[in-house]
Amino acid sequence: MSFIAYLINGISLGSVYAIIALGYTMVYGIAKMLNFAHGDVIMIGCYVVFTTMSGLQFNPLLSVLISVVVCTVLGITIEKVAYKPLRKASPLAVLITAIGVSYLLQNAALLVFGADTKSFSSIITLPALKLADGKLVISSVAVVTVVTCLIIMTGLMLFIKKTKAGRAMLAVSEDKDAAQLMGINVNGTISLTFAIGSGLAAIAGVLLCSAYPTLTPYIGSMPGIKAFTAAVFGGIGSVPGAFIGGILLGIIEVLGRAYISSQLSDAIVFAVLIIVLLVKPTGILGKPIHEKV
Amino acid sequence: MAMLEIKDLEVYYGIIQAIKGISFEVKEGEVIALIGANGAGKTTTLQTITGMLPAKAGNILFEGQDITKIPGHKIVSMGMAHVPEGRRVFAQLSVYENLKLGAYTRKDKEEIAESLQRVYQSFPRLEERKKQAAGTLSGGEQQMLAMGRALMSKPRIILMDEPSMGLSPIFVEEIFNIIKEISASGTTVLLVEQNAKKALSIADRAYVLETGNIVLSGDAKELMNNESIKKAYLGE
Repeated sequence: MSFIAYLINGISLGSVYAIIALGYTMVYGIAKMLNFAHGDVIMIGCYVVFTTMSGLQFNPLLSVLISVVVCTVLGITIEKVAYKPLRKASPLAVLITAIGVSYLLQNAALLVFGADTKSFSSIITLPALKLADGKLVISSVAVVTVVTCLIIMTGLMLFIKKTKAGRAMLAVSEDKDAAQLMGINVNGTISLTFAIGSGLAAIAGVLLCSAYPTLTPYIGSMPGIKAFTAAVFGGIGSVPGAFIGGILLGIIEVLGRAYISSQLSDAIVFAVLIIVLLVKPTGILGKPIHEKV
Repeated sequence: MAMLEIKDLEVYYGIIQAIKGISFEVKEGEVIALIGANGAGKTTTLQTITGMLPAKAGNILFEGQDITKIPGHKIVSMGMAHVPEGRRVFAQLSVYENLKLGAYTRKDKEEIAESLQRVYQSFPRLEERKKQAAGTLSGGEQQMLAMGRALMSKPRIILMDEPSMGLSPIFVEEIFNIIKEISASGTTVLLVEQNAKKALSIADRAYVLETGNIVLSGDAKELMNNESIKKAYLGE
């Protein structure tokens, strides 16, 4: 039974990684940049929920909604202020800027909220699910996390396939100039991508803090790096890839911690990534682009 | 009044001046060829007209309206389409999805469906391969797709950049026949070509670009018999 419990834990943790990984992978697909500040947007989202819910006593759902709005605006602002002026700069300049934004957000949180660890009270207060005569207990957070992840994934895939804005995203991710010639507003599409990624980061943050309820200005960085790993693992730029990569990473991490070594679990995660990339450099679902000239 | 009028246009790449104050016009219904050697500024000119590059000085007027400063993505809905150099089809999307993106700025679904049928009529090959990823098409087929995609915006003028580049002679012939058809259906054409002979054979008038300047212009048939053109561009 414990194996199944670990597996479910892994899937739940992986679902959070998957939601965060979406932000990395979509932004990479469209803007061809790694937004290393993405993890810190999650952290800001958590603080917003913490402040509004524990401090101002708002309804949990309202808190989450506010957090999503704040993160969406934050994401758009970061893109406009920090990345847009660098649209034609070298990728290295953009990368360094992203790292700078990441530290800026961490230090801003440090200044505003202080360095002390806040304890986050879970927004999910449903009773745990007991199966097999109580031998298998699944926390409600795990259930909500996995369900949320599935809803987001399905919604996003439908959005990309079925809506005009979604098709514009596909076009921009392939060729910005050609997309503009079709009449697509490239800057608007990039903004929209940052908005969606950051809004999702807020949701991921809430789920993460509900499962691991401590809050510091640095909580975004490790899940951020792991989700980035998940995105690369699944094939960066691919939405289903982010999902598969995230889930697998979560499972590997939890099983590694349970059966191999709790200290080494992160090392195991990255070792698996290295092996996958050695065998298939484009990630699980990433495809090399075949172009005939 | 000219449909498209370029006045004293200057374009820079950093500090290097690529276009040195050129002026020319395209009248409604014409096929205008812009010919010249590699690096003469033909592609730069087209890219500046459709807002992919900024103009440093000068004006671009389309149907009397100054479009010099209008953002690139707003130009296609004004009635101007651009088939870029190197086709630039969306390789991972299907032929059908590419064509649908061509009609991105249009709203009327029935009219879009009509345009799609018309494109399939002009390019039966595209209909046969509508579900195939555009990246798997041959060069000539990709060129057809790029042209069909531009036509999906129902343009009054179409700018084409080196449509025959890298194609086999049979495809070159086919592409030029299609350009003639497009023109016959009432769409104005501004054609950039290195294949000067072919371009002059279907154009009404032509301009010759040399290192950012227009050095010659006139009736296409006359230019074909011009001695210096023959030597420099027609290989005779």
